[in-house]
Amino acid sequence: MIRFEPRANPGPVLTYGVPVIAAAIAILLAAIPLALADAPIIRAYGLMISGAFGSVFSISEMLTRATPLILTGLAAAIAFRAKLWNIGAEGQLYMGAMAAVAIGSGVIDGPSWIMIPVVMIAGAIAGALMLIGPTLMKTRLGVDEVVTTLLLNFIVLLFVQMMLEGALKDPMSMGWPQSEPIIDSAVFPPLIERMRVHFGLIIALVSAIALAVFVKRTVWGFEIRAVGENAAAAKFAGISVTKTMILVAALSGGLAGLAGVAEVAGTRGYLATDLSPGYGYAGIVVAMLARLSPVGVIASALFVASVFVGADSMSRAIGVSSYLADLIVAMALLCVLIGGFLTRFTVHFDRKTAG
Amino acid sequence: MEIIDILLAASFWEAAIRIATPLIFGVLGALVCERAGVLNLGIEGIFTAGAMAGWMAVWLGAGLWAGVLVAALAGAFFGLIHAILTVPLGLSQHVSGIGVTLLATSLSYFTYRTALPDVSSPPRIEPFRPLDIPFLSDLPFIGQALFSQTAMTMLALVLVFVTGWVLYRTPLGLAIRAVGDNPSSVEAQGLSVYGLRIGAVVVGSSLMALGGAFLTMSAFDAFFFGMINGRGWVCIALTVFASWRPGKALIGALLFGAFDAFQVRLQTEVGAFLPSQVFLMMPYILSIIALIVVARKADYPKALLVPWFKGQR
Repeated sequence: MIRFEPRANPGPVLTYGVPVIAAAIAILLAAIPLALADAPIIRAYGLMISGAFGSVFSISEMLTRATPLILTGLAAAIAFRAKLWNIGAEGQLYMGAMAAVAIGSGVIDGPSWIMIPVVMIAGAIAGALMLIGPTLMKTRLGVDEVVTTLLLNFIVLLFVQMMLEGALKDPMSMGWPQSEPIIDSAVFPPLIERMRVHFGLIIALVSAIALAVFVKRTVWGFEIRAVGENAAAAKFAGISVTKTMILVAALSGGLAGLAGVAEVAGTRGYLATDLSPGYGYAGIVVAMLARLSPVGVIASALFVASVFVGADSMSRAIGVSSYLADLIVAMALLCVLIGGFLTRFTVHFDRKTAG
Repeated sequence: MEIIDILLAASFWEAAIRIATPLIFGVLGALVCERAGVLNLGIEGIFTAGAMAGWMAVWLGAGLWAGVLVAALAGAFFGLIHAILTVPLGLSQHVSGIGVTLLATSLSYFTYRTALPDVSSPPRIEPFRPLDIPFLSDLPFIGQALFSQTAMTMLALVLVFVTGWVLYRTPLGLAIRAVGDNPSSVEAQGLSVYGLRIGAVVVGSSLMALGGAFLTMSAFDAFFFGMINGRGWVCIALTVFASWRPGKALIGALLFGAFDAFQVRLQTEVGAFLPSQVFLMMPYILSIIALIVVARKADYPKALLVPWFKGQR
């Protein structure tokens, strides 16, 4: 018989080691699909590493990818802390991007120190509203937020498409469905000359640290943790669960919205329906790999981003499908789930005994 | 009076039943899992895996029904992963389900791309043909609307009755329902909570995969990226709407199919006045409305989402 016993105190080695091991196992498991695809395995790994870290350019690309992932990772981390199952970061990201484009493509103009905060705030508010809706439906009407946030991803994407063919259409785009570009003063400046990595990375890093302080050091942060651990007990202790949930929704949706702002104002320059290759969903993996720790999100977003950039470049070099990256990321999520179990429980293999 | 004309046309109901078929499979699968106490958000990925695996088996030379079997086995495989993570290990059903969806989707896409590295248009298979049953298929109205569907639609309808019969008329069904309401009572009777839950999730997941297989092997004749397009999530909503009952699942899926078929026809009538995206949004909006309508009185299985460990009272 296999028996599981709760572990009294997992200790720091297990807590920090397990996600690293889970990520490593996911990378190693990628050898199986690589072998099935008849790829030279060692060379493929080498190409992935050099693709993500081999030059200043590749590191810049990796950090550019990590920027939205840190933000959607934080969005998932804060929501899951409170057991608000926000699976709608993808939709919130697009709403944020759309708000940034709506306000930042020439309706108003001003110096950068005004325009950049303005598009950020607009995007964050749009993302936040996108999650406050389903959260109110949950607290007021008892409608499960998992399904509503998931379905809203599809609705938002269609809405974006509609706006790109209508009100937000760029008349200069020759019929291609994309928005007018963000005006120069609202564009996030690059951090390195002639590289794509941009100011959004700073915003993401500051958000992670600010969120960590908020959760650990403020009363609101304490209330969020309390509601997540035991909503009934938190209510009994006089914490308003509804208010806390709405606060969490505003933070989570706002962060996902910011990811959209960073993509249009930092990377792309305009809005199109292929803005995000699933950053919202990948954010869930980032948050789980980070054990829902805001600072940990930085590290796990860097990991996921290097998998994506590394696999993309490997795929271009030897023609293995770049869906390998999504596969590695999905395996990492399942590995870290199992790893999380092993930190909380010890496994005993008992011989069958009488009684 | 155009609306009446639309609703009375046999072709309209034919389309409604066709649209409903994958949803019937999906809702049946989801309700079997949830009745046993396990939410299976792997559904979207399992649809994709079923669609890809079934199609690819046929494309590689297997018969259509062998393809259906391959799809069901693919669903069972991903269901087993979800079941192991959520039942004996008791991990978060939400996160595990999303993980299974990501895994099944990326594995399907990777396999498809690896097998067909550079095709521009997806290769086609010879899909299930519309039935031509002597006498029945020639009946007015119902002959076209129902008896000229494909064999997979008939399978879906039969499975509604089979699922209902198993859940409500057999000791096994009683045990499955009990394990989703009060697992400790099931253990007290000497039955295995883990066994029942894992079995239900595996069987439910194969049903979901059949919904995907219907799309590539009956509704269409090819696999393409993003073809599931949220159908799995719609099924999760319809399961709540159906209050976890197979009969109501059939009605819910048919209502949904009818509405979807109706909006397509409405689009050709008034499409000039509204952007096409408004119509494409309808299924998702409808699902959310369905959830709101039943939210207050939704009678969730009592042990849904609650992990249970051996030796726990």
